[in-house]
Amino acid sequence: MDIKDIIKEENLVYSKTKVLTDNVMHYCPGCTHGVVHKILAEVIDELNIQEKTIGVTPVGCAVLAYNYLHIDWQEAAHGRAPAVATAINRLYPEKYVFTYQGDGDLASIGAAEIIHACNRGEKMLVIFINNGIYGMTGGQMAPTTLEGMPTSTSPYGRDVKMTGQPLKITELIAQLPGTCYVTRQAAHTPAAVRKLKKAITKAFDNTGKKKGTSFIEVVSTCNSGWKLSPVKSNEWMVEHMFPYYPLGDMKDE
Amino acid sequence: MAKVRGAIVVDIEKCKGCGLCVVACPSKVIDLAKEVNGKGYNYAYMSNPEACIGCANCAIVCPDTVISVYKVKTEANA
Repeated sequence: MDIKDIIKEENLVYSKTKVLTDNVMHYCPGCTHGVVHKILAEVIDELNIQEKTIGVTPVGCAVLAYNYLHIDWQEAAHGRAPAVATAINRLYPEKYVFTYQGDGDLASIGAAEIIHACNRGEKMLVIFINNGIYGMTGGQMAPTTLEGMPTSTSPYGRDVKMTGQPLKITELIAQLPGTCYVTRQAAHTPAAVRKLKKAITKAFDNTGKKKGTSFIEVVSTCNSGWKLSPVKSNEWMVEHMFPYYPLGDMKDE
Repeated sequence: MAKVRGAIVVDIEKCKGCGLCVVACPSKVIDLAKEVNGKGYNYAYMSNPEACIGCANCAIVCPDTVISVYKVKTEANA
Protein backbone atom coordinates (compact mmCIF):
# COMPACT_ATOMS: atom_id res chain seq x y z
CA MET A 1 0.00 0.00 0.00
CA ASP A 2 1.31 3.39 -0.96
CA ILE A 3 1.73 6.22 1.55
CA LYS A 4 -0.55 8.39 -0.60
CA ASP A 5 -3.39 5.89 -0.06
CA ILE A 6 -2.93 6.11 3.70
CA ILE A 7 -2.76 9.90 3.92
CA LYS A 8 -6.43 10.63 3.29
CA GLU A 9 -8.98 12.66 5.24
CA GLU A 10 -10.99 9.58 6.27
CA ASN A 11 -7.92 7.85 7.76
CA LEU A 12 -6.94 10.74 10.03
CA VAL A 13 -6.59 9.58 13.64
CA TYR A 14 -4.71 12.46 15.25
CA SER A 15 -4.18 16.10 14.38
CA LYS A 16 -4.04 19.51 16.01
CA THR A 17 -7.22 20.41 17.90
CA LYS A 18 -9.06 23.55 16.80
CA VAL A 19 -8.70 25.08 20.29
CA LEU A 20 -4.98 25.54 19.58
CA THR A 21 -4.15 28.53 17.38
CA ASP A 22 -1.92 28.32 14.31
CA ASN A 23 0.78 30.49 15.91
CA VAL A 24 4.23 28.94 16.17
CA MET A 25 5.04 28.59 19.88
CA HIS A 26 7.94 30.69 21.14
CA TYR A 27 9.11 27.91 23.47
CA CYS A 28 12.50 26.26 22.98
CA PRO A 29 12.57 22.95 21.05
CA GLY A 30 11.35 20.11 23.27
CA CYS A 31 9.82 22.33 25.97
CA THR A 32 7.19 20.64 28.15
CA HIS A 33 5.00 23.77 28.00
CA GLY A 34 4.03 22.88 24.44
CA VAL A 35 2.82 19.42 25.45
CA VAL A 36 0.81 20.76 28.39
CA HIS A 37 -0.78 23.48 26.20
CA LYS A 38 -1.77 20.85 23.68
CA ILE A 39 -3.31 18.56 26.31
CA LEU A 40 -5.20 21.48 27.87
CA ALA A 41 -6.56 22.40 24.44
CA GLU A 42 -7.60 18.80 23.74
CA VAL A 43 -9.39 18.47 27.08
CA ILE A 44 -11.19 21.81 26.58
CA ASP A 45 -12.25 20.65 23.12
CA GLU A 46 -13.41 17.21 24.30
CA LEU A 47 -15.40 18.59 27.24
CA ASN A 48 -16.87 21.25 24.90
CA ILE A 49 -16.15 24.10 27.34
CA GLN A 50 -14.19 26.39 25.04
CA GLU A 51 -16.74 29.23 25.43
CA LYS A 52 -16.83 28.84 29.20
CA THR A 53 -13.10 28.57 30.00
CA ILE A 54 -11.01 31.44 31.33
CA GLY A 55 -7.27 30.97 31.83
CA VAL A 56 -4.97 33.11 33.94
CA THR A 57 -1.41 33.31 32.66
CA PRO A 58 1.62 33.74 34.92
CA VAL A 59 4.88 35.60 34.55
CA GLY A 60 7.50 33.25 33.13
CA CYS A 61 7.88 31.47 29.83
CA ALA A 62 4.13 30.79 29.72
CA VAL A 63 3.36 34.52 29.90
CA LEU A 64 2.42 34.38 26.21
CA ALA A 65 0.16 31.33 26.58
CA TYR A 66 -2.78 33.50 25.46
CA ASN A 67 -1.34 33.42 21.94
CA TYR A 68 -1.77 29.67 21.68
CA LEU A 69 -5.23 28.71 22.97
CA HIS A 70 -8.52 30.04 21.57
CA ILE A 71 -10.10 30.79 24.96
CA ASP A 72 -10.47 33.86 27.19
CA TRP A 73 -7.36 34.79 29.10
CA GLN A 74 -6.28 37.25 31.76
CA GLU A 75 -2.68 38.15 32.50
CA ALA A 76 -1.73 38.40 36.18
CA ALA A 77 1.17 40.07 37.97
CA HIS A 78 4.03 37.80 39.02
CA GLY A 79 2.66 35.06 41.29
CA ARG A 80 -0.78 36.65 41.60
CA ALA A 81 -2.65 34.35 39.21
CA PRO A 82 -4.64 32.60 42.01
CA ALA A 83 -5.83 35.98 43.33
CA VAL A 84 -6.97 37.07 39.84
CA ALA A 85 -8.58 33.66 39.27
CA THR A 86 -10.43 34.00 42.60
CA ALA A 87 -11.98 37.27 41.43
CA ILE A 88 -12.95 35.84 38.03
CA ASN A 89 -14.40 32.79 39.70
CA ARG A 90 -16.56 34.80 42.09
CA LEU A 91 -17.83 37.14 39.37
CA TYR A 92 -18.53 34.33 36.88
CA PRO A 93 -19.24 31.21 38.95
CA GLU A 94 -20.49 29.32 35.86
CA LYS A 95 -17.10 29.59 34.09
CA TYR A 96 -14.26 27.09 34.19
CA VAL A 97 -11.31 29.03 35.58
CA PHE A 98 -7.75 27.76 35.61
CA THR A 99 -4.34 29.21 36.36
CA TYR A 100 -1.19 28.11 34.58
CA GLN A 101 1.93 28.81 36.62
CA GLY A 102 5.59 27.88 36.74
CA ASP A 103 7.66 27.12 39.81
CA GLY A 104 9.28 30.56 40.02
CA ASP A 105 5.79 32.06 39.87
CA LEU A 106 3.80 29.71 42.09
CA ALA A 107 6.33 28.36 44.58
CA SER A 108 8.34 31.53 45.12
CA ILE A 109 6.76 34.97 44.75
CA GLY A 110 3.23 33.57 44.60
CA ALA A 111 3.48 31.11 47.50
CA ALA A 112 1.15 33.17 49.70
CA GLU A 113 -1.52 33.54 46.99
CA ILE A 114 -1.60 29.87 46.08
CA ILE A 115 -1.73 28.63 49.67
CA HIS A 116 -4.59 30.94 50.61
CA ALA A 117 -6.52 30.32 47.38
CA CYS A 118 -6.25 26.55 47.92
CA ASN A 119 -7.14 26.93 51.61
CA ARG A 120 -10.29 28.85 50.66
CA GLY A 121 -11.09 26.10 48.20
CA GLU A 122 -11.66 28.38 45.22
CA LYS A 123 -13.42 26.40 42.50
CA MET A 124 -10.60 26.38 40.01
CA LEU A 125 -7.85 24.33 38.49
CA VAL A 126 -4.19 25.13 39.07
CA ILE A 127 -1.60 23.80 36.65
CA PHE A 128 1.87 24.01 38.17
CA ILE A 129 4.85 23.48 35.85
CA ASN A 130 7.83 22.44 37.96
CA ASN A 131 11.17 22.36 36.14
CA GLY A 132 13.32 23.36 39.11
CA ILE A 133 14.60 26.56 37.53
CA TYR A 134 13.62 30.08 36.43
CA GLY A 135 13.51 29.35 32.71
CA MET A 136 12.63 32.71 31.14
CA THR A 137 15.05 34.95 33.02
CA GLY A 138 18.14 32.83 32.37
CA GLY A 139 18.13 29.72 34.53
CA GLN A 140 18.38 31.12 38.07
CA MET A 141 17.83 28.98 41.18
CA ALA A 142 14.16 28.45 42.11
CA PRO A 143 12.73 27.17 45.42
CA THR A 144 12.24 23.83 43.69
CA THR A 145 15.84 23.51 42.43
CA LEU A 146 17.29 20.18 43.55
CA GLU A 147 20.15 19.91 46.04
CA GLY A 148 23.47 20.20 44.22
CA MET A 149 21.82 21.24 40.95
CA PRO A 150 23.90 23.88 39.14
CA THR A 151 22.03 27.00 37.98
CA SER A 152 23.24 30.42 36.88
CA THR A 153 22.91 31.78 40.46
CA SER A 154 24.25 28.59 42.09
CA PRO A 155 27.04 27.58 39.68
CA TYR A 156 28.51 25.10 42.18
CA GLY A 157 25.12 23.49 42.82
CA ARG A 158 22.38 24.40 45.32
CA ASP A 159 23.78 24.61 48.84
CA VAL A 160 20.97 23.46 51.13
CA LYS A 161 22.73 24.80 54.25
CA MET A 162 22.31 28.30 52.92
CA THR A 163 19.13 28.10 50.83
CA GLY A 164 17.12 25.31 52.46
CA GLN A 165 15.77 22.13 50.96
CA PRO A 166 13.84 22.12 47.65
CA LEU A 167 10.24 23.07 48.35
CA LYS A 168 7.67 20.31 47.88
CA ILE A 169 4.78 22.70 47.43
CA THR A 170 2.35 20.06 46.15
CA GLU A 171 2.68 18.09 49.41
CA LEU A 172 1.92 21.31 51.32
CA ILE A 173 -1.13 22.02 49.16
CA ALA A 174 -2.44 18.46 49.64
CA GLN A 175 -2.85 19.10 53.38
CA LEU A 176 -5.20 22.01 52.85
CA PRO A 177 -8.92 21.24 53.32
CA GLY A 178 -10.02 23.37 50.35
CA THR A 179 -8.38 21.14 47.76
CA CYS A 180 -10.27 18.19 46.29
CA TYR A 181 -7.73 16.76 43.86
CA VAL A 182 -3.95 17.08 44.18
CA THR A 183 -1.69 15.14 41.85
CA ARG A 184 1.80 15.16 40.40
CA GLN A 185 2.20 14.16 36.76
CA ALA A 186 4.79 14.36 33.99
CA ALA A 187 4.77 14.64 30.19
CA HIS A 188 7.94 12.92 29.04
CA THR A 189 6.49 9.74 27.47
CA PRO A 190 3.24 8.98 25.60
CA ALA A 191 1.96 7.06 28.65
CA ALA A 192 2.70 9.98 30.98
CA VAL A 193 0.96 12.40 28.61
CA ARG A 194 -2.14 10.17 28.51
CA LYS A 195 -2.20 10.07 32.34
CA LEU A 196 -1.81 13.84 32.44
CA LYS A 197 -4.78 14.17 30.08
CA LYS A 198 -6.92 12.03 32.40
CA ALA A 199 -5.85 14.17 35.36
CA ILE A 200 -6.73 17.44 33.60
CA THR A 201 -10.09 16.02 32.48
CA LYS A 202 -10.88 15.03 36.06
CA ALA A 203 -9.78 18.43 37.36
CA PHE A 204 -12.05 20.31 34.92
CA ASP A 205 -14.85 17.94 35.92
CA ASN A 206 -14.25 18.85 39.59
CA THR A 207 -14.31 22.54 38.66
CA GLY A 208 -17.64 22.04 36.88
CA LYS A 209 -19.07 20.27 39.94
CA LYS A 210 -17.77 23.08 42.24
CA LYS A 211 -15.95 20.58 44.44
CA GLY A 212 -12.93 22.70 45.34
CA THR A 213 -9.46 23.47 44.09
CA SER A 214 -7.79 20.92 41.82
CA PHE A 215 -4.02 21.15 41.76
CA ILE A 216 -1.92 19.43 39.08
CA GLU A 217 1.86 19.62 39.26
CA VAL A 218 3.63 18.68 36.04
CA VAL A 219 7.28 17.77 36.57
CA SER A 220 8.87 19.30 33.48
CA THR A 221 12.14 19.89 31.75
CA CYS A 222 13.92 23.12 30.86
CA ASN A 223 16.49 21.91 28.38
CA SER A 224 17.87 25.43 27.74
CA GLY A 225 18.23 26.14 31.45
CA TRP A 226 19.60 22.71 32.23
CA LYS A 227 22.02 22.92 29.26
CA LEU A 228 20.97 19.52 27.92
CA SER A 229 19.32 18.28 24.72
CA PRO A 230 15.53 17.68 24.92
CA VAL A 231 15.94 13.89 25.01
CA LYS A 232 18.77 14.06 27.57
CA SER A 233 16.72 16.44 29.74
CA ASN A 234 13.92 13.90 29.89
CA GLU A 235 16.42 11.25 30.98
CA TRP A 236 17.90 13.62 33.58
CA MET A 237 14.40 14.37 34.88
CA VAL A 238 13.57 10.68 35.30
CA GLU A 239 16.88 10.05 37.05
CA HIS A 240 17.05 13.09 39.34
CA MET A 241 13.66 14.86 39.60
CA PHE A 242 11.38 11.82 40.04
CA PRO A 243 13.11 10.45 43.19
CA TYR A 244 12.53 13.81 44.94
CA TYR A 245 9.21 14.61 43.25
CA PRO A 246 7.50 11.19 42.98
CA LEU A 247 4.55 11.03 40.56
CA GLY A 248 1.05 10.07 41.60
CA ASP A 249 -2.16 11.28 43.25
CA MET A 250 -1.78 12.81 46.71
CA LYS A 251 -5.43 13.55 47.27
CA ASP A 252 -8.58 12.57 45.41
CA GLU A 253 -11.89 13.26 47.13
CA MET B 1 -5.60 -11.13 9.83
CA ALA B 2 -5.91 -7.42 9.28
CA LYS B 3 -2.70 -5.50 9.18
CA VAL B 4 -2.44 -1.94 10.42
CA ARG B 5 -0.58 0.61 8.35
CA GLY B 6 0.03 4.16 9.40
CA ALA B 7 1.63 7.33 8.16
CA ILE B 8 2.52 10.70 9.60
CA VAL B 9 2.59 14.15 8.07
CA VAL B 10 5.00 16.62 9.65
CA ASP B 11 4.49 20.36 9.31
CA ILE B 12 8.13 20.87 8.34
CA GLU B 13 8.28 24.64 8.80
CA LYS B 14 6.85 24.41 12.33
CA CYS B 15 9.03 21.48 13.45
CA LYS B 16 11.84 22.47 15.81
CA GLY B 17 13.74 19.19 15.55
CA CYS B 18 13.69 18.42 19.28
CA GLY B 19 13.76 14.68 18.57
CA LEU B 20 11.20 13.69 21.24
CA CYS B 21 9.10 11.92 18.58
CA VAL B 22 12.14 9.87 17.51
CA VAL B 23 12.48 8.27 20.96
CA ALA B 24 8.70 7.99 21.47
CA CYS B 25 8.18 5.89 18.31
CA PRO B 26 7.86 2.19 19.23
CA SER B 27 8.68 0.95 15.70
CA LYS B 28 11.61 3.31 14.94
CA VAL B 29 9.93 5.01 12.00
CA ILE B 30 10.99 8.59 12.61
CA ASP B 31 14.38 10.23 12.25
CA LEU B 32 15.65 13.78 11.97
CA ALA B 33 16.41 14.89 8.41
CA LYS B 34 19.90 15.90 7.31
CA GLU B 35 18.30 18.89 5.57
CA VAL B 36 17.05 21.85 7.56
CA ASN B 37 13.83 23.88 7.39
CA GLY B 38 13.55 27.66 7.02
CA LYS B 39 14.58 28.21 10.63
CA GLY B 40 17.58 25.90 10.42
CA TYR B 41 16.13 22.98 12.38
CA ASN B 42 16.64 19.35 11.29
CA TYR B 43 12.97 18.44 10.97
CA ALA B 44 11.44 15.04 11.70
CA TYR B 45 10.47 12.72 8.83
CA MET B 46 9.54 9.09 8.24
CA SER B 47 12.81 7.31 7.50
CA ASN B 48 11.16 3.90 7.62
CA PRO B 49 7.52 4.45 6.51
CA GLU B 50 6.78 0.72 6.07
CA ALA B 51 6.98 0.15 9.85
CA CYS B 52 4.52 2.87 10.91
CA ILE B 53 1.50 1.51 12.79
CA GLY B 54 -0.30 4.83 13.29
CA CYS B 55 -0.18 4.67 17.10
CA ALA B 56 0.11 8.49 17.37
CA ASN B 57 2.71 8.32 20.15
CA CYS B 58 4.92 10.75 18.23
CA ALA B 59 2.09 13.24 17.84
CA ILE B 60 1.13 12.98 21.52
CA VAL B 61 4.61 13.91 22.79
CA CYS B 62 5.25 16.57 20.14
CA PRO B 63 5.48 19.91 21.99
CA ASP B 64 4.63 21.92 18.88
CA THR B 65 1.78 19.69 17.61
CA VAL B 66 3.25 19.51 14.10
CA ILE B 67 2.42 15.82 13.48
CA SER B 68 -0.84 14.50 11.98
CA VAL B 69 -1.36 10.74 12.05
CA TYR B 70 -3.24 8.57 9.55
CA LYS B 71 -4.12 4.91 9.99
CA VAL B 72 -5.72 2.19 7.85
CA LYS B 73 -6.50 -1.49 8.36
CA THR B 74 -5.62 -3.66 5.39
CA GLU B 75 -5.76 -7.37 4.66
CA ALA B 76 -2.41 -9.10 5.26
CA ASN B 77 -1.97 -10.12 1.63
CA ALA B 78 -2.97 -6.72 0.24
